[in-house]
Amino acid sequence: MSDHDQGHHHGFLRTYVFSTDHKVIGVQYAVTALVFLFFGFCLMMMMRWQLAYPGHAIPVLGDLLPKLFGKDWGETNMAGGVMSPDLYNSFGAMHGTIMIFLGVVPLIVGGFGNYVMPLQIGAPDMSFPKLNMASYWVYFTGGVVMLASFFAPGGAASSGWTSYAPLSVTATQGQTWWLVGMVLLITSSLLGSVNFIVTILHLRAKGMTMFRLPFFVWAQFVTSFLLLLAFPPLEAAGVLQLMDRVAGTSFFMPQGLVVSGVVQDYAGGGSPLLWQHLFWFLAHPEVYVLILPAFGIITEIIANNTRKPLWGYRTMVYSVIFLGFTSFLVWAHHMFMTGMGTSISAFFATTTMIISIPSVILLTCLLITLYRGSIRFNTAMLFALSFLPMFAIGGLTGLPLGLPASDIALHDTYYVIGHFHYVVAPGTIFAAFAGVYFWFPKVTGRRMSEKLGKLHWFFSFIAINVVFMPMFFQGLAGVSRRLYDQTLYSWGDAMQGWTITSSWGAWALGAAQIFFIVNFFSSIKLGKRVTENPWDATTLEWSAPSPPPHGNFASVPTVHREPYEYSVPGMSTDFFPQNVSEA
Amino acid sequence: MRILRGCAPAIVAFAMVWVAGAAPVLGQAAAPDVSDVHIDGQYGTFPTFMPTDVSKNGHDVDLLLSILHVFMIVLFVGWGIFFVWCLFKFRARSGHTADYKLVKAKAPKYLEVAVALFEAFLLIGMSMPVWARVKNKLPTEADNPVHIRVVAEQFAWNFHYPGKDGVFGKVAPEFVDPVSNPMGIDPSDPKGKDDFVSGELHVPVDRPVITSITSKDVIHSFSIPVMRVKQDAIPGMRIKIWFQPVQTGTYEVACAQLCGNNHYSMRALMKIESQSDYEAWVEEMAKGPAEFDEDDL
Repeated sequence: MSDHDQGHHHGFLRTYVFSTDHKVIGVQYAVTALVFLFFGFCLMMMMRWQLAYPGHAIPVLGDLLPKLFGKDWGETNMAGGVMSPDLYNSFGAMHGTIMIFLGVVPLIVGGFGNYVMPLQIGAPDMSFPKLNMASYWVYFTGGVVMLASFFAPGGAASSGWTSYAPLSVTATQGQTWWLVGMVLLITSSLLGSVNFIVTILHLRAKGMTMFRLPFFVWAQFVTSFLLLLAFPPLEAAGVLQLMDRVAGTSFFMPQGLVVSGVVQDYAGGGSPLLWQHLFWFLAHPEVYVLILPAFGIITEIIANNTRKPLWGYRTMVYSVIFLGFTSFLVWAHHMFMTGMGTSISAFFATTTMIISIPSVILLTCLLITLYRGSIRFNTAMLFALSFLPMFAIGGLTGLPLGLPASDIALHDTYYVIGHFHYVVAPGTIFAAFAGVYFWFPKVTGRRMSEKLGKLHWFFSFIAINVVFMPMFFQGLAGVSRRLYDQTLYSWGDAMQGWTITSSWGAWALGAAQIFFIVNFFSSIKLGKRVTENPWDATTLEWSAPSPPPHGNFASVPTVHREPYEYSVPGMSTDFFPQNVSEA
Repeated sequence: MRILRGCAPAIVAFAMVWVAGAAPVLGQAAAPDVSDVHIDGQYGTFPTFMPTDVSKNGHDVDLLLSILHVFMIVLFVGWGIFFVWCLFKFRARSGHTADYKLVKAKAPKYLEVAVALFEAFLLIGMSMPVWARVKNKLPTEADNPVHIRVVAEQFAWNFHYPGKDGVFGKVAPEFVDPVSNPMGIDPSDPKGKDDFVSGELHVPVDRPVITSITSKDVIHSFSIPVMRVKQDAIPGMRIKIWFQPVQTGTYEVACAQLCGNNHYSMRALMKIESQSDYEAWVEEMAKGPAEFDEDDL
């Protein structure tokens, strides 16, 4: 840890690029992830044109992109300005991959976790600062590989973010790039998760017992275990699929495949379902990797803006641990249609119903925290409050998907897309926005504009519901997901009006982000200056200067009480910070 | 009235979306370039959006879906009312302070238990029996079922019928010829002589249909929304499911699992016919050897 003290003597490169300071790495993560989120969203905005107006040239971009990437690229992928089915599929696969692995997880774990967690526990940095830096740069490299894959022969991976074999094994070269990229991204997450666990266990300030940890830290702690335990199976599976593609093995390839009338010369004996089991064994805990830190963020913001202690702090902690544990027991509910018998499907449906209970407890605790509070409606709080009903919709619509019989009608339809997007987009991404508005003053020493922030929230909230609500109706109508043109089917044709609605919602949502982008960049230079504790908050990060210097605290803080002591009777202020002694 | 401003977007959004269903906002895009075959049934009708149900078992799935959605809406609305009331009642204003003391509330606990019990009922009382019947308990020969092998490939459905003898001939990958023998039926097997392959699914009304589903290349999913039927077609596996049509007409079969660039057009017609029409069709198809015009494939 000796380099903490001399940190500010390093040159530009060591201070801002190859920094070992958790705050710089956190900002690097967050900014890179925000850029990827926007890029992943742009892919979707283009796909939404094809969905709404199939076979019509994309305005502006249909002209521009072929000019940008050359005539050959244009002819194969955008003849006449119309997106080809191959390009549509690769955008779909890359949208999912980018949003999850390059956007949301790096933002809420790598970004917020790295920046806020050490401050909240009163630590000068992470336990392994160099490992932390390595984690970011491995992630960055993974991102570059993913982006480069768009220019591989045949384009980027196009077998969905799920990469089901044998489709993925027989796919074009982009899939190989995807696998290499995934191996890098998973490695990065593993490095990060080990670091988080060790830091939370070892670097807590004096007096910071486990049950005095802010809930955000608990959420990051459980998330790190999920990453640590769930990612290795996918990394292994990714390497196996890579071998199937490049070394002629057949882990996921059965005998006697006949593709386009040609008998394939795979040795055979493998199982396509093995991939699905390995994949979902990661990917279901991954859902909780996306949602738990989001719960952590909004819990901080709701406690702060209701000005009262959290209702059921310990219940929430136990729930989050229970959620983490059970998230390893539900994976095969993604596979009800793979020929599952009654008893196996009943097992996974039961675990799925059980896992809904702690999620409902978390929501209930936050809801009751509002009761008898004194609720301030700043931008961060508006985003955090919208999380609650949006997550509720996402959670409730999980029920018909989690029950095998009703899943028969809804599996692989737009209902599924609506369901998980309600959890992740107006859920997790709104929580991430809430976090940006909340901690921006800590990071920059300046506030973001409340006026622009509220406009951002208002239009985003409307638009995002216009995007995703129709998907439930489409799913009930039987429209399959991942269709390049749904109007070929009578149910798809009947629901095309909703597709158009949803597309316009997506473009409106894109436009609403202009408020955020303008606000974000202008506030760095022009925002109102703040002192260390602009929100009158109680947790330790608000006792450090804004922005905190290298090493974080002038003197190591001592913790005297629970994290959310607001409106304590008999005090002159309505907040009682963790580090202030009784006197 | 900050609170009203707060919930306005939700109301506006919901209303916009709901209304948009009745009348497509910006008009239809390109007309579907599907074949000119008329498809029976009603699709996307307000307010449940569910397609016509022409199967014996579909009702059970629909009932479960209806109960679930009523349950979900009741929970969400009840929850939402309390949420919005809290936001209004406990908004920060001069003279109002937060209460440090935490409420001792039993209600959430009871509610939680009630919800969990209801979920258990839905699972054990409804979902499991339906699943067992629809997916697992195949009709016996006494029920006089029709047997069809469904073989998916990029990007078409092959429906392999046993012909008049009701017995499938042997198949092996080495006999596959994309044009003359897409199924790879062993030419030396006498039981395969009257086998035939169709790109259209023909089934008789009011008889159980047992489909044995597999794929030649990648994973597909055999989906017939009007029959409330869906089953992945997985290479290397044969999975049997059954259904029973209850009404004649022409409907659509879709692929529900991403299977490559033309996944979206992997569509087949399903014709539900009277017993006599069905027999006549089988007779016609079984006449020739397993040879077809290229157009049929």
